[in-house]
Amino acid sequence: MSKRIRILIAKPGLDGHDRGAKYVARALKDAGYEVIYTGIRQSPEAIAKTAIQEDVDFVGLSLLSGAHNELFPEVVRLLRKEGAKNIIVFGGGVIPEEDISFLQEQGIEAVFTPGTPIQKVLNFIESKKEKVLA
Amino acid sequence: MIDEIVKKILNGDIRAIARAISWIENDLPDKEALIDELFKQTGRAKIIGITGPPGSGKSSLLDRIIDLEKQKGKKIAVLAIDPSSPFSGGAILGDRVRMQKHATDPQVFIRSMASRGHLGGLAGATADALKVLDAAGYDLIIIETIGVGQTEIEVMNIVDLVLLVLVPGLGDEIQALKAGVMEIGDIFVINKADKDEARRVKAEVEYVLHLKNEDSKESSNPIFMTSATQNTGIKELVEGMESTLQQMEESGLLKERRLKRLALELKRILSSKIEDHVHHFLNTENNLELWLDQLAHRQAAPYQLISKKVKQVLKEFKKQ
Repeated sequence: MSKRIRILIAKPGLDGHDRGAKYVARALKDAGYEVIYTGIRQSPEAIAKTAIQEDVDFVGLSLLSGAHNELFPEVVRLLRKEGAKNIIVFGGGVIPEEDISFLQEQGIEAVFTPGTPIQKVLNFIESKKEKVLA
Repeated sequence: MIDEIVKKILNGDIRAIARAISWIENDLPDKEALIDELFKQTGRAKIIGITGPPGSGKSSLLDRIIDLEKQKGKKIAVLAIDPSSPFSGGAILGDRVRMQKHATDPQVFIRSMASRGHLGGLAGATADALKVLDAAGYDLIIIETIGVGQTEIEVMNIVDLVLLVLVPGLGDEIQALKAGVMEIGDIFVINKADKDEARRVKAEVEYVLHLKNEDSKESSNPIFMTSATQNTGIKELVEGMESTLQQMEESGLLKERRLKRLALELKRILSSKIEDHVHHFLNTENNLELWLDQLAHRQAAPYQLISKKVKQVLKEFKKQ
C-alpha cells in the first residue's frame, strides 16, 4: 500500500501569467507529490470536474487578475456540490491582504501572496497530510 | 464496500470511477476483489494505445481525435501516463493541458497517471485502471503512453490497436528499421505534417514497411499524415482507426489479441503470487543478509544457494 498525494494546480480566470503556477508545480514535484496541471484560463467548472476525475487531495488555484473573490469560492462551491468534501483548496497570486480572511471563510484554507518562500507552501501541504491520508 | 463502489462504477458515477482508479494505483487492500468484480463486466470497450517520442504531439492529436469520436456519440475515456521522478517520486502530469477543453464534457473522462517507477511506457496500474473504465461503459478507451524511446513497448500488451506517432527530425530510415517501438505500430501517424521534412519521414516509414511486408501476406500498415495544431488529416486517421479495428474483428485478430492479453495477465498474476508465497516461506526479508554474507565470503555461489532454497520450497509443496 502506497498512497501518493495528488495535487491539482489550476489557473482560473483570464490572466495568462503562469510562471508562479509552474514554479509551485515544479517545487511540489520535487517534494515528491504528483502534480496535475490544467493550463491557463480554466473555468471553475472545468477545475472542479478535473479535480474529481483526477481524484486529487488538494487543489491549488493561481490567479493574478483580481477576480479571486469570485472565482476561488466558486471552485470550492462546485467541489462541495459534486460531493468532494475532503479536497483541500489553497490559493496564490496577487491577492490583497484584506481579501485573505474573506477567502478563508469561503473555504480556501491558505492563501500565498507574492514573495512567499516555497517552504511555506510545502509546510502547509505537510500539515494537512494526515487528514488526507486518513 | 466493494459492492457499493462497483454498483456506482457500473452506473457511470465519475467520483466512484476516479476513486477506484486511485484504489488500484495505491494498491489498497481488497484491490483484487474489486478488480475481479469489475472484470466480469469488461470486454465491451475498444482500447487504443497512442505512443511515440516525447513532444511528438500525442496529447494534441488525442484532443483532436476526441473531437471527432464525440460527434459519433461515443463515451471516451483517456488514461494519460507521464513519468515519475526517479529522485523525489513526484511527477508533473501535463498531458491533459492539451485536452482540457473536454474537461466539462460528460461524455469524456480524462485521468493522468504517474508511472511510479514502472518501466515500459505505462504505469503499473494502467492495465487494471482500464478495467474500471471498461466496466463503467466507455465505448472507447485511449491510453497515452509516456514519451517513449526505442524499447518502451508494453502498451502493445494491453490495447487492441497501437497508434505510433512519429515526427520529422528523429533520424533516417535506419532508425525506422530497428527493432523495438517501430515494430509495434498497427497504424503509423506522421504528425507535424506541416513541416517540410514530414514527407520524407513518410517515405522512410513506407520503405521500411515495404521491406517487412515482402515476407508476409498481411496487408501493409496504414500511414496517416496529420497536423494536430492545424487540424489536418485527423478525419482520415479516425476513419482509418475504425476500419482497421473492423478488419481485425472480422479476421479474428482482435479476438486473438485479447486472448493473448489475458494469457499474459494470468501468467503475470501467477508469477507474482508464487513469488509472494516463496518469499514468505523462505522468509527472504530476514534471511537475505545471511545469504549475502555467505556469498560475500565466497562460502556459497548464487545458483547453488538458490537451488537449495528452491528444493526446500518444492519439498514443502509436495507435502501439501
